[in-house]
Amino acid sequence: MTEPEIRDRLVAQCSQGAILPEGDDALSATPVEIRVHASYLAEVARVCRGDSELHFDSLMCLSALDRGDALSVVYHLHSMSLRHRAALRVDLPRANPVVETVCGVWRTAEWHEREAYDMLGVRFEGHPDLRRILLPNDWVGYPLRKDYETPTFYRGMKVPY
Amino acid sequence: MRQAVARELRSDEMIINMGPQHPSTHGVLRLELKADGEIVEEAIPHIGYLHRDFEKHAEKLPYPQIIPYTDRMDYIAAMNNELGFCLAVEALFERGGKPIEIPEKGQYIRVIVAELNRIASHLLAFGTYGMDIGAFTPFLYAFRDREQVLGLFEEVSGARLLYNYIRIGGVARDLTPDFHHKTRRFLDYFEPQIDTYNDLLSKNKVFLERTRGVAVMSAEQAISYGWTGPNLRGSGVKWDLRKDEPYGIYDRFEFDVPVGETGDCWDRYFVRMEEFRQSVRIVRQALHQMESSGLLQSDEIMGKVRGTIRPPAGVVYSRTEAPRGDLGFYIVCDGTEYPQRLKVRSPCFTALSAMQELSRGLMVADMIAIIGSIDIVMGEVDR
Repeated sequence: MTEPEIRDRLVAQCSQGAILPEGDDALSATPVEIRVHASYLAEVARVCRGDSELHFDSLMCLSALDRGDALSVVYHLHSMSLRHRAALRVDLPRANPVVETVCGVWRTAEWHEREAYDMLGVRFEGHPDLRRILLPNDWVGYPLRKDYETPTFYRGMKVPY
Repeated sequence: MRQAVARELRSDEMIINMGPQHPSTHGVLRLELKADGEIVEEAIPHIGYLHRDFEKHAEKLPYPQIIPYTDRMDYIAAMNNELGFCLAVEALFERGGKPIEIPEKGQYIRVIVAELNRIASHLLAFGTYGMDIGAFTPFLYAFRDREQVLGLFEEVSGARLLYNYIRIGGVARDLTPDFHHKTRRFLDYFEPQIDTYNDLLSKNKVFLERTRGVAVMSAEQAISYGWTGPNLRGSGVKWDLRKDEPYGIYDRFEFDVPVGETGDCWDRYFVRMEEFRQSVRIVRQALHQMESSGLLQSDEIMGKVRGTIRPPAGVVYSRTEAPRGDLGFYIVCDGTEYPQRLKVRSPCFTALSAMQELSRGLMVADMIAIIGSIDIVMGEVDR
């Protein structure tokens, strides 16, 4: 399936309002990022995985990023059987970045969501074990946010720079 | 009577910390094992010991200066990391309508070094896996032969492990005049060696007992866990980006995609052994095509790239077939010389995330066999 076909299929199969209209994004992407309303993300993910014509059985990558005004989570999907790919994107408010987990749909998401939480503080509702993965448990702040300030002390020790 | 026994013999579960310093964890990995005697009930990986937030560093670096950092992710296969990153940046240029034309010779050199590095990487995987399981000799054979590949890399790039050789738009230096002779001599020597390795380890009774039928991963599970590369092919899924989504000039070569049958540790291991032959085939074809088209005399190895690399604004997700699986780069570029966000999709990270699933109900000693069979490099897991 081509990218517009995938988009049309998703619009047809998901609840109304789940797939947001194509915005006039300054940064366009390859593959095209289909914007999804945050509260429908889990549903869209289940459709992506379960629909016989889409059948995205593999989550290639889950990335979170700081866009300044919002945090985004991008899901790169691939179908091993049908050999097509797509990307979903949710934009979350900085103050309260919460989105439902997709762990139950793709097992890959379990660690990738933990990483997104660790680095950008995105909280994934329903995740079985949402804790830091790369940084120590007592780390303060989320390093990949643009307003993150590099700490000069760690547990009372001066960090030499 | 039962109660009396229970009072004397404590039979609650035991927690064993395997790592972070353990010779067979291939880096600093800690596994927290909850064991009932010798049976593992749960194995929880604790990672992050090598974490240096490469992605954060990258946001403050111009694109060409990120290349040395990518070397240090999977330091066993640095060429493949560089190639993945450079292809992603080149994809940014292409989608912005300003494609960089990479000269033919540059393309061929990229394929040759990437495949040689795959051989070197699989040699390390093969050698250390044998050693993990108790066969010391294959390790010496593997390192002796890997040394020759490193020698070739040293000749062409000046470095033995972290090369900074593949650049955005081509490669850094031309091949030395007798590089292709030396490479061919190595391939002639190396090809029969693969049979020696198989005699030494692959068909060894003890090795078979330790790896056959251990930690079986079904194809469906492997896909759901995002497994790629030899691990996925070990489960019988014929998926290789070089074949299925050819990048660079990979569509010009003939090679097979070896797959396993059952998805156990031995299958994952043996897929790598078979990939030796395929990499040798690709390098031979590349050398031959270079010679027959007169490219050896050419000195064009870099495309036309400006001094300051400023890709057009855009977002790209690009992936390549590294020795350990699909290595993906997600780059958000706002048109400046620094990436706004760079995310690496590490094949080892996703492979390791299945550890809990793989190890349930196996013996403590099997943990070693599993870790070796998924061939992880912690530098890439932790980034």
